[in-house]
Amino acid sequence: MGPRSSHIALIPDVDQIRNETGFSEASLLRLYGRFQTLDRNKKGFLSRTDLQQIGALAVNPLGDRIIDSFFLDGSQQVDFAGFARVLAHFRPVDEEEAATRDPKDPEPLNSRMNKLRFAFQLYDLDRDGKISRNEMLQVLRLMVGVQVTDEQLESITDRTVQEADEDGDGAVSFLEFTKSLEKMNIEQKMSIRILK
Amino acid sequence: MFLLLPFDSLIVNLLGISLTVLFTLLLVFIIVPAVFGVSFGIRKLYMKTLLKIFAWATLRMERGAKEKNHQLYKPYTNGIIAKDPTSLEEEIKEIRQSGSNKALDKTPEFELSDIFYFCRKGMETIMDDEVTKRFSAEELESWNLLSRTNYNFQYISLRLTILWGLGVLIRYCFLLPLRIALAFTGISLLVVGTTMVGYLPNGRFKEFLSKHVHLMCYRICVRALTAIITYHNRKNRPRNGGICVANHTSPIDVIILASDGYYAMVGQVHGGLMGVIQRAMVKACPHVWFERSEVKDRHLVAKRLTEHVQDKSKLPILIFPEGTCINNTSVMMFKKGSFEIGATVYPVAIKYDPQFGDAFWNSSKYGMVTYLLRMMTSWAIVCSVWYLPPMTREKDEDAVQFANRVKSAIARQGGLVDLLWDGGLKREKVKDTFKEEQQKLYSKMIVGNHEDRSRS
Repeated sequence: MGPRSSHIALIPDVDQIRNETGFSEASLLRLYGRFQTLDRNKKGFLSRTDLQQIGALAVNPLGDRIIDSFFLDGSQQVDFAGFARVLAHFRPVDEEEAATRDPKDPEPLNSRMNKLRFAFQLYDLDRDGKISRNEMLQVLRLMVGVQVTDEQLESITDRTVQEADEDGDGAVSFLEFTKSLEKMNIEQKMSIRILK
Repeated sequence: MFLLLPFDSLIVNLLGISLTVLFTLLLVFIIVPAVFGVSFGIRKLYMKTLLKIFAWATLRMERGAKEKNHQLYKPYTNGIIAKDPTSLEEEIKEIRQSGSNKALDKTPEFELSDIFYFCRKGMETIMDDEVTKRFSAEELESWNLLSRTNYNFQYISLRLTILWGLGVLIRYCFLLPLRIALAFTGISLLVVGTTMVGYLPNGRFKEFLSKHVHLMCYRICVRALTAIITYHNRKNRPRNGGICVANHTSPIDVIILASDGYYAMVGQVHGGLMGVIQRAMVKACPHVWFERSEVKDRHLVAKRLTEHVQDKSKLPILIFPEGTCINNTSVMMFKKGSFEIGATVYPVAIKYDPQFGDAFWNSSKYGMVTYLLRMMTSWAIVCSVWYLPPMTREKDEDAVQFANRVKSAIARQGGLVDLLWDGGLKREKVKDTFKEEQQKLYSKMIVGNHEDRSRS
């Protein structure tokens, strides 16, 4: 179903959202249409249940973690601005835009650093800035379900934490996380292109 | 004022009489061909004229938008995002290779970067997934002068508004009363006709009459919706002892199929008007109606259906295995019940052209009466029906595989997307078993290697 209002000016706070996220007018129209489709009861915001209704997301082993990333500060609702802000992390990196950016401006949401930070958040359950061994274990358990024994999972976790941990505190900080992924083509792997 | 009174009543009387005569003539003009199963081709002409008007309307809107220098909303028929159809294994291997510090021949067990795969896949589904959009009406490329399908209200010029207003007048003041009258005639004839036929003794004559009463009334109902139907491959039409399966978009599917063939209906017993119609129909020929309590008992349902198909004198059963209405852009999971019975399956694909009126029944949005009103105030219901060659279950196939095979054939013929998802997702959450599939695949990647290593 298309947007009930298809004019860009009818999206609330559209200019602010455009500045923050960097999405084009056409992309925002599409995302707003999608937001309205997901918002089945026309509340003007999305709740966890609305996102859980998406079949393909519910079968994703990390579906719940991804849904959590929309409701960061303990709130139970996300409005369109919040929705767009999370999705902005996955906007493909525009080389020209990155080159002409004013260094005084805040870093765009789809920068390499912010994409990494988003992925880091998926592991960091209590949001204390570190992935403890326990958190790594829990997230791994989500990804494999009942297919892997406790011992196997623990040895995998220990090895991973050991490899990434440089300062020996038994946890992976954001910097250590970034360092272990420095060769990764994050820009490509964490980008979703919206069709015109 | 007193002088006007006699004048008034004369004019009013004349007007009343002429309108009634016109109306009746029109009714007769439409019903008589329906009774005999012939067509004058008026509906096709109507369709062609409408198409020309729609094309003009869309052009004007585009021009209006360009003048104001704005973006016109265009529906996304191919999905909102670009997707690569790669598997879980391929993607994760790619991700690991692109960022691995280690040598490529030693496949690692688990990498921190694996999370990127699930993260991105999850985000993709939030932006666009295959299922959610199947439960709302399909979007049109060009406007068809109905306000319910207009996404670009701001760009309508004066001329277009007048045309739209004219359309509203024609649809609500001329077509709607005509259609309601036709529907009323059709349904009453069905009830009265089948009840009367029910009094006859069983035999060839009764069957003959019953068939023609049914067909005639369904044909009148088809005209009540101004349905323009094109049937393909009529030689493959279902025969006695078989089961006819079709994709489900709306309750109108029944009328469309039953106006071209004589079927035994399957369904739950309803109260009210539906109940009256059901009770009357079953007097003329055996349909399969279930009580509410019986519907839950799968064995009972299967038994009654099997008994029906085994009796070769009984009519082919009409079933919609999806179990719910889908918006006619895709075919969803077929429930295996009808495929376990062991009868010959006659698949039928129905594809509506939403340009003239969207037949999809969004039951969470509209009740039955609102839905019928919407149908009767659309321009027309245009659809194509393909009768596919009969299929039977192979020896090494189970019911689910057979169901999927039939589903693919229907999807391919109708140009619909073939989905494995259950139509029940309209109302319920997906089952956890599907998540286990993903987890199994991933576990093989991180632990399968571990086992190899420990062996060496």
